[in-house]
Amino acid sequence: MTQLALVIDLNVCVGCHACVTSCKEWNTSGAAGVLSDDNPYGRDPTGTFFNRVQTFEVGEYPNTQTVHFPKSCLHCEDPPCVPVCPTGASYKRAADGIVLVDYDKCIGCKYCAWACPYGVRELDAHEKVMKKCTLCVDRIYDELLPAADRRPACVMACPTNARLFGDVHDPASEVSQAIRERAGYALMPEWGTSPANHYLPRRRAEVKVRAEDLARVDNPLKVDGKLPRPRPDEPALDDVTSW
Amino acid sequence: MSADEIKTTTCYMCACRCGIRVHLRDGAVRYIDGNPAHPLNQGVICAKGAAGIMKQYSPARLTRPLRRKPGAARGEGAFDEIGWDEAYRILAERLARIRATDPKKFALFTGRDQMQALTGLFARQFGTPNYAAHGGFCSVNMATGMIYTIGGSFWEFGGPDLDRARLFVMLGTAEDHHSNPLKIAISKFKRAGGKFVSVNPVRTGYSAIADEWVPIRPGTDGALLLALVHEILALGLYDREFLVRYTNAGQLVNVDEASDRWGLLVRLPEVDEVNPQYPQNHAWWDRHTDRPVPTHAQGADPFLLGAFRMADGTPVKPAFQLLEERVARYTPEWAEGVTGIPAATIRRLAHEMGITARDQRLELPIPWTDCWGKEHESVTGNPVAFHAMRGLAAHSNGFHTVRALAILMTLLGTIDRPGGFRHKAPFPRAIPPTAKPPSGPHAVQPDTPLGALALGWPGAPEELFVDDAGAPVRIDKGFSWEYPLSAHGLMHNVVTNAWRGDPYRLDTLMIFMANMAWNSTMNTMEVRRMLNDRDETGEYRIPFLVVCDAFQSETTAFADLVLPDTTYLERHDVMSILDRPISEFDGPTDSVRVPVVPPTGECRPFQEVLIELAGRLKLPAFTRPDGTRKFRDYPDFVVNFETEPGSGIGFLSGWRGKGGEQFMRGEPNPRQWEMYARNGCVYHHELPLSYQYMRNWNRGYMEWAQRARIRRFAEPILCHVYSEVLQRFRLAARGKWPGRRPPAHLAARVDTHFDPLPFYCEPLETQVTDTHKYPLAAITQRPMAMYHSWDSQNAWLRQIHAHNYLVVNPRAARAAGIADDDWIWVESQWGRVRCMARLSEAVEPGTVWTWNAIGKAPGAWTLAPDANEARLGFLLNHLITEELPAPEGRTISNSDPVTGQAGWYDVRVRIYKAAAEEPAETAPRVAAVGPLPGVERVRRAWQAFVAGKPL
Amino acid sequence: MWPALSVLLLTTLLGVGQGLFFAVYCVQVLERFALRAGPQDARFYPLAAALALAFLAAGLAASFFHLGRPERAWRAAAMWRTSWLAREVIALPAFMGCVALYGLAHWLGWRAHEVLPGVDVTLALGAAATLLCFALFVCTGMIYACLKFLPEWHTPLTVLNYALFGCASGLMLATAYAAFLEPGLVRYLAGWTAGFTLVALLSRGAALVRNARLKRRSTLQTAIGVKHPRIRQTAQGFMGGSFNTREFFHGRSDAAVRSVKWAFLLLVFPAPLALLAAGLATPSAGLLAAAFVVQYLGLLAERWFFFAQADHPQNLYYQRIS
Ligand SMILES: Nc1nc2c(c(=O)[nH]1)N[C@H]1C(S)=C(S)[C@@H](COP(=O)(O)OP(=O)(O)OC[C@H]3O[C@@H](n4cnc5c(=O)[nH]c(N)nc54)[C@H](O)[C@@H]3O)O[C@H]1N2
Ligand SMILES: Nc1nc2c(c(=O)[nH]1)N[C@H]1C(S)=C(S)[C@@H](COP(=O)(O)OP(=O)(O)OC[C@H]3O[C@@H](n4cnc5c(=O)[nH]c(N)nc54)[C@H](O)[C@@H]3O)O[C@H]1N2
Ligand code: SF4
Ligand code: SF4
Ligand code: SF4
Ligand code: SF4
Ligand code: SF4
Ligand SMILES: [Mo]
Repeated sequence: MTQLALVIDLNVCVGCHACVTSCKEWNTSGAAGVLSDDNPYGRDPTGTFFNRVQTFEVGEYPNTQTVHFPKSCLHCEDPPCVPVCPTGASYKRAADGIVLVDYDKCIGCKYCAWACPYGVRELDAHEKVMKKCTLCVDRIYDELLPAADRRPACVMACPTNARLFGDVHDPASEVSQAIRERAGYALMPEWGTSPANHYLPRRRAEVKVRAEDLARVDNPLKVDGKLPRPRPDEPALDDVTSW
Repeated sequence: MSADEIKTTTCYMCACRCGIRVHLRDGAVRYIDGNPAHPLNQGVICAKGAAGIMKQYSPARLTRPLRRKPGAARGEGAFDEIGWDEAYRILAERLARIRATDPKKFALFTGRDQMQALTGLFARQFGTPNYAAHGGFCSVNMATGMIYTIGGSFWEFGGPDLDRARLFVMLGTAEDHHSNPLKIAISKFKRAGGKFVSVNPVRTGYSAIADEWVPIRPGTDGALLLALVHEILALGLYDREFLVRYTNAGQLVNVDEASDRWGLLVRLPEVDEVNPQYPQNHAWWDRHTDRPVPTHAQGADPFLLGAFRMADGTPVKPAFQLLEERVARYTPEWAEGVTGIPAATIRRLAHEMGITARDQRLELPIPWTDCWGKEHESVTGNPVAFHAMRGLAAHSNGFHTVRALAILMTLLGTIDRPGGFRHKAPFPRAIPPTAKPPSGPHAVQPDTPLGALALGWPGAPEELFVDDAGAPVRIDKGFSWEYPLSAHGLMHNVVTNAWRGDPYRLDTLMIFMANMAWNSTMNTMEVRRMLNDRDETGEYRIPFLVVCDAFQSETTAFADLVLPDTTYLERHDVMSILDRPISEFDGPTDSVRVPVVPPTGECRPFQEVLIELAGRLKLPAFTRPDGTRKFRDYPDFVVNFETEPGSGIGFLSGWRGKGGEQFMRGEPNPRQWEMYARNGCVYHHELPLSYQYMRNWNRGYMEWAQRARIRRFAEPILCHVYSEVLQRFRLAARGKWPGRRPPAHLAARVDTHFDPLPFYCEPLETQVTDTHKYPLAAITQRPMAMYHSWDSQNAWLRQIHAHNYLVVNPRAARAAGIADDDWIWVESQWGRVRCMARLSEAVEPGTVWTWNAIGKAPGAWTLAPDANEARLGFLLNHLITEELPAPEGRTISNSDPVTGQAGWYDVRVRIYKAAAEEPAETAPRVAAVGPLPGVERVRRAWQAFVAGKPL
Repeated sequence: MWPALSVLLLTTLLGVGQGLFFAVYCVQVLERFALRAGPQDARFYPLAAALALAFLAAGLAASFFHLGRPERAWRAAAMWRTSWLAREVIALPAFMGCVALYGLAHWLGWRAHEVLPGVDVTLALGAAATLLCFALFVCTGMIYACLKFLPEWHTPLTVLNYALFGCASGLMLATAYAAFLEPGLVRYLAGWTAGFTLVALLSRGAALVRNARLKRRSTLQTAIGVKHPRIRQTAQGFMGGSFNTREFFHGRSDAAVRSVKWAFLLLVFPAPLALLAAGLATPSAGLLAAAFVVQYLGLLAERWFFFAQADHPQNLYYQRIS
């Protein structure tokens, strides 16, 4: 069975927020209705977004890692947000595993948001229904779009290609491969929600320099006559031994 | 949801200039994404680009020409709406009068624009030397330091070849101009397993994903780089072959301090100099024959080290020897004390660079021929790449820091080679490039175009723009003895100089796309006062101020005349090959914008304004011999303008010739716009493979570039490990130069800073600061999701950055008794600002930083006066001075003494807790300005978009 | 969690209504089985039912303020198989209907056997209502208790507390009610009130003790999947707030939360009990009514604290702006 998902590579994400605004832009006038903004030009501007990029600091100076951390609905395989929904507005699609909200059924009780440990559902302040990442269902199956464009807006936008999209149940897919090879992991595994979205950890490349690399026969200092050469009058074995 | 129509054009939410697809529905913008077919961004987009809709429909848009209400003070924002006819009449009358009397009294300064080809042409045709764009306060150190060393630079002129590099070292870069391409490249590089090192006092953005973060004290990179050079030389990790053939490392320098030619390169009179401007008769001391020979002589191989005597007894040394002597004192241990980076780390970095360069050498099977006729079977490269930006540039010691970097890159043999640094057309250019500023006041004549380009690359004192007394001719004192190589002008001193009347007063100052009353000025509060100040007669010290902007910025309130510009989605625009095109490593590339929606209100493109004014003023290049105007409008101008009649060189390089069959040069093509539009608004010319590398010394490329008129000369461009150009100015300071000499009070300054070899000194401001009192360095960074000041009117982007904090290392905070979220004062010797503190482990403890230009004046950008930007956000510029005290009671710009680059990141501060009874808001605050006439007055409590229309 | 007034009112008002009904029905059962004398006033049962209904209706009304789209509330019963909220949505009107019928039956005097020979209709309706009453307690409690991510809530004590507080406050009201209409029942009801209040104290106390010792399963480490002892957020990605910062944070200082805790511990237990005792001793219906009012206010505080104390794991992602 198909389970579509995003795999986010923290090793290359620079925290640019391209995925944030491109998601907003695509979805705000998308099939499902607007994502409203309050106080757009006033105090404490706030609005509905499906995807946010956060920043965490790990460690202490100077051994600090700055981790940019994009987060949207993880399309859990066992989504706790779904069974609690009283109306059935929240549902998980059998065909592709996308967790969606039917805006026409939602009563805005917020219960699903309480039931999601990841803080990715947002009640639109004016539409008054619960919203969240749709994995861009209205793009990925749209036959009117060129095939290359049938990918989520955030994935298309991401300048570092940190957002991979595909079927995590298909072992041959790019995403499954990335999860396998790069030790992809799920968030808050302690709750058994089995998020479909995965994250790829940082890894550290190093340059190995061996001592012998520093002294080589082809050292140009030889040509330029500058390789440290002892003066002939400096003490040598010759001075203290005789045969 | 699909759109009715998709149009391609070029983004301008920043200067990166990505290709975009604008999806329209019912004529309104519904969705903007990256154009996958565009060479620059390959389909990706950034946070700003994807928020373009909110710029297009921003309530802060200016929509009508405005004239300041009679009697209203500048800065108050009281305006009358006027029509364009009236605006043109006012401007044309005023400008015609100035032009007929003293053209330099008109100054045109432009900010983050991308149309210097047109603005520069207009100013030159007008006859004023007082023209420049933002470069002087932006990154001119980067441009100049590298161009004077390797004939090209980072920024828009070249960059790291991350497709092939194995080690990538990035210094002082937060976001940069090449936003999307750099992100694409870094990601690919990391995925391919390369090691990425970031040298930066702060770890955010790109540095976040660096494999190694090397925190450094601000302003000390010169010390680090010189120590790296020291170590590379000491261990013999330099690419000798490269240095010998492609740089001046082996060239002999006259080291006779008594000689008038002291420090100049030895010339062999018997050898043809080929080109007096770029002589080719320098000498090597041949290892095989042990005597001086012309450089590149068959079979010769120079000594790089040693001391020799010419036949006439002149003592000489190879340039490389002088470099070695110079860096002898710059040991890693010494650098540790200056930079705060452990000596062992510096050593290790040097080893990693040297060994990666030497042992991971790559070879591409691309045959090419060098300028001396030697044929090479392949192109080789040492895969160590660098990138640097304003972290090096925006310090007053930045020129030599950047030169040290360029020299390090050269020693490693990475110039225009795979895996290293690669040029982008029209670079490489000669060292220095051929374009020169005017050389004296005679170039400025009434009703006459300026005698030379307003901006250029002086190569000797004769090419400075000074009068007989050595005093500046430009209002910003560019190209004077104060800042001789100020290739991009000094916009940051224009207001202060004009206000003081030093060197003279202006009549009209026209500002395009720059927020000079706020974030692009130093000493903001004073500059606002100067803009509003009058002389004894009651006349404004800067009598007439014209501001062309698209939004209600802080600066518009100060204008006498406001010209409402279009947005990037509403106009024709050209990223011209005559300016800074978007070229790729593999060949010249330029691009255009075409309107995808009609102009809002009465907005008119500034381009059209200039064409109209040029017509009314009858500027020669815009006028037919019979006195009628030559160009209907801007698109017509772009197609038909040629640099000289029949030159075949115009603003665009693509689809030239009658039918669009030529490129680079060719007759005007009436259908050129159409052809660009059909091709995603971009023209990308891919060079043959053998012309793509080693271009400084590639005969094939040189000949091609000459034919294409990218270059005037075809002489090879040797890297200047040793800068004879700088030495010429130093000789003048020592009274040894046969021509111009600096005024006495500047001689020592020129002597010190025009050192032909890079050296380290503290930034000028640090030299006049009590660093015990002000122990911390304060710097700014660009946030990736905001462009300078202009995105706070964007409802989506401002949610990401609504206000800013001063970010402080917990150690520094503890020492000052400051906790997270506290209100604090940041104080420099020039002023103080109240703001909030944010503790972070990702900043060097001696450094504090904040995002640039997030704080706003109340009411500007039509934000509510209590908007977070105005209440909680702050501007670091209040703490930064535009001038430093100089000896004899003089002042001098807070800028690099070589280039005039503004020293933004030199300011020293201390921090302390604000008193409990102080208000929880920023200070200083300025009076709120209400919405200008023509901008939207409606305060929207909330908003949303449906199918591209605001709900 | 953000203690939304609508939810505080909803849960406390329903509790009072349920408890009141339960108290009154107990009186009837005891009367039926001749364990105690019944009320003298025929209006006792129907008016009590009406009062209970009024509380239930007020609770229901409050619930609508909690919904973004109240006009679609009818949809909320659909997923009764999985959702405790849906179950509540079914149980509440069913219970209200039963209580209404119960009151009506009393009002119409259907207690005698004329309507259905051999059956005391009111007793039967009351039994059904009682079942629904407890079903409703369970549903309401389970709405909170079933959320495993909220360990403060994820315990049977949550359901127990809801039921006990409902009973105690309903009994308290019943006592005051009786003082006006049926003084003979006051002492007896007061005894039960005191008893339930004390048991509730035990149970709530147990929950407090338990919650004070909770170990959080989610940490910043599991939230972002980085194994390092020192992780700190510097930016949550936006600055002016969002649904996630409004819905899941109470926005008050720790000190304020602590004072609310002490306030509810005082207002729900000793204060009303003292008033109860005083009301009995005086005797004063006014004091008894005051006891109810004080306890109800205390319950609002208790519910506020209940929400405020619940620290949702999502909050790990929303710590700091910059
Ligand atoms: N999103 C966005 N993109 C932009 C802009 C924007 O406003 N927003 N502005 C554009 C413009 S005009 C420009 S000029 C470019 C500038 O691009 P950058 O040069 O990347 O811009 P800055 O943010 O000034 O970055 C300076 C970096 O240098 C570091 N730094 C400061 N002092 C030192 C030092 O002494 N040594 C070292 N090693 N590092 C130091 C700072 O911490 C910071 O990370 O960006 C362009 N791109
Ligand atoms: N403290 C500190 N100050 C700095 C810097 C720093 O790093 N630290 N960086 C400096 C640097 S490198 C730079 S380049 C400057 C940038 O400073 P500026 O060049 O002043 O850039 P902006 O703030 O973006 O202001 C440009 C103006 O252009 C307007 N604008 C936007 N789009 C259009 C358009 O289409 N047409 C017209 N006519 N106007 C438009 C905006 O409304 C705004 O008023 O800031 C400098 N100031
Ligand atoms: S667009 Fe990509 S790089 Fe940028 S924040 Fe999102 S995931 Fe990270
Ligand atoms: S992340 Fe949250 S909203 Fe998304 S499926 Fe999982 S539980 Fe539901
Ligand atoms: S808010 Fe909407 S989707 Fe969420 S539980 Fe309630 S009805 Fe279901
Ligand atoms: S998949 Fe679509 S809806 Fe989800 S975060 Fe990306 S752009 Fe937004
Ligand atoms: S990087 Fe600049 S040009 Fe490119 S999409 Fe972003 S804002 Fe537009
Ligand atoms: Mo800049």
